[in-house]
Amino acid sequence: MKVITANFVTCAVKECKTSPASFPLHFHDAELEQQELDFQPEFIRNVLPRIDWEALRTISNELGFPTLPDSKPEGEALDNEQTLKDLHRLLLETHVTEGKLTCGNCGHSYMIKEGIANFLLPSHLV
Amino acid sequence: MDYLVRFAQLHETFRRPELKACATLAGVDIEIIAYNEYSPYCVVRLPNEAAARAVAKRSILVKDIFELWGEGTNYEELHADVRRRTQDRWNDYIAVPFKFTIDYFAGTRSAVQKGEIIRSFSYMGFKGPIRLTNPDEEFFVMEEYVDDVEVSILGTTRTGDPRKIYLSRKIADSCREAVLKYDLKKRRYISTTSMDAELSLITANMALAAPGKLFFDPFVGTGSFIVAASHFGALTLGADIDGRSFRGKETGKLGIYENFDQYGIKSKFLDTFTSDLTNTPLRRTAVLDGIVCDPPYGVREGLRVLGNRRGKPAVNVIIDGVPAYLRPGFVPPKKPYGFEALQNDVLNFAVRSLVPNGRLSMWMPTTNDEKTEFPVPMHENLEIISISVQNFNTWARRLITYRRLPEGELSDISLARKKIDDQGTSADDLNAFRRVVRIIRELMTQYLANLLNQHMLPGHGTRVEKDQKTAE
Repeated sequence: MKVITANFVTCAVKECKTSPASFPLHFHDAELEQQELDFQPEFIRNVLPRIDWEALRTISNELGFPTLPDSKPEGEALDNEQTLKDLHRLLLETHVTEGKLTCGNCGHSYMIKEGIANFLLPSHLV
Repeated sequence: MDYLVRFAQLHETFRRPELKACATLAGVDIEIIAYNEYSPYCVVRLPNEAAARAVAKRSILVKDIFELWGEGTNYEELHADVRRRTQDRWNDYIAVPFKFTIDYFAGTRSAVQKGEIIRSFSYMGFKGPIRLTNPDEEFFVMEEYVDDVEVSILGTTRTGDPRKIYLSRKIADSCREAVLKYDLKKRRYISTTSMDAELSLITANMALAAPGKLFFDPFVGTGSFIVAASHFGALTLGADIDGRSFRGKETGKLGIYENFDQYGIKSKFLDTFTSDLTNTPLRRTAVLDGIVCDPPYGVREGLRVLGNRRGKPAVNVIIDGVPAYLRPGFVPPKKPYGFEALQNDVLNFAVRSLVPNGRLSMWMPTTNDEKTEFPVPMHENLEIISISVQNFNTWARRLITYRRLPEGELSDISLARKKIDDQGTSADDLNAFRRVVRIIRELMTQYLANLLNQHMLPGHGTRVEKDQKTAE
């Protein structure tokens, strides 16, 4: 699971969706891998406004990356190729191959195996 | 300027919506001047040649695009129109290496007639040279005759002469060759429910897949739609309630990723995860540019969502002191679900997740039986852009494309269905479409049995009856 995807998902339990504690889900025992991809600055520019920056900072810290700036790069900052490249590397080229994602509200954990997260819920949580 | 589009003569109800979607993608206005379902030739108005090139470059159902030099119902009219439209431009082509081609639909000409037709344009005064391979300019004479299909459906009279003739100058090919590149027969990872390459690519076009965009398929399966969306440059995510469908059987390999690798679009693949749309982990905010999907409707794949079947209590089962769901190999229970309820879930999900003007392109089945109607699902925050139909023998499927309206705009949904059908136990109770297919199947069986009983030897007749009982 790539870091960008972790910014789009929260706990699958319906009651958790309204709780601020459910997002972002927290990585535990995460095994990381880097994969080089074609640089796609237009995608970063298009999607960055939809990224929850606070959540990205939290995840980035949890995964042991250097601290991200306090505020999301906007406007002219996005003309800086290095900024875009750094974001590209973090969001698209970094992925978690094994580990768990845990909800801060209900405590439920979702397993990640071979890079694939499983968000299916047992029936008592549906 | 007027341009002539040459369509592939199939998937007719998809052709205009796809052409319009390609114009939207190219950011140009298109006006369709003349269109006939029973003909491959269509006249459109576009601002300029660059626009025509851009529109054609994205289309799957367009074969190629031409600058219209003249049209008529016979050669006299055509020549007069060519003179009127292009006389002042003949001089520009006087010394250009060129070629004349005769293209006809539902008709044919002998080599002698072809020669005569080409020579009839000699008044334009092109001095050549004539070059049959790689000419600088290629001119097309297109003759449209009445096709047998039109004769049988509309009862149009067929005459020996063409009904319409065009002269045009070729501008560009479409990207139709992608249909061959993505052919399922040559794809590494497919299953019985993979959508064919052509319709997948068309679906991606309808939803306006393009570089920089984020696309999602909540019923991803083997990834036909997201592969198509990524072919057009979108980065894609997929989810499926059954992780085996996108993972595949080979250990250490992700089946769906093999396809992205095969087509050289690995950089466009984001993630797949196992989840149920009705209990989706995606957060409730607009992040997607497009959603492309073919929700399961219980014909080939059973329709299931998370939850216990009716009557079974939802308890957290503990085995040896460990909750069952934490034990390895746990399979969460699933219950049957109505396909109308599922479609409403898809629409609600699209409203929550699409950015303003983002698109949802969703397939849904319907019958050819006029008595049983399946209304198009609607939502007040979604505008219906197009509905296209692919017909099979006893059923059909529709591709419905919606646009997420920006806040403050609402669409009229007074024609939408009111029924909510997520209560029910058996798959047939929940699924009106499946019920109809079953009834048709039963009628066919009965009819065949009667036919055999009437015409076969007595011994065979009894066997048919027996088979029928076993089948019941």
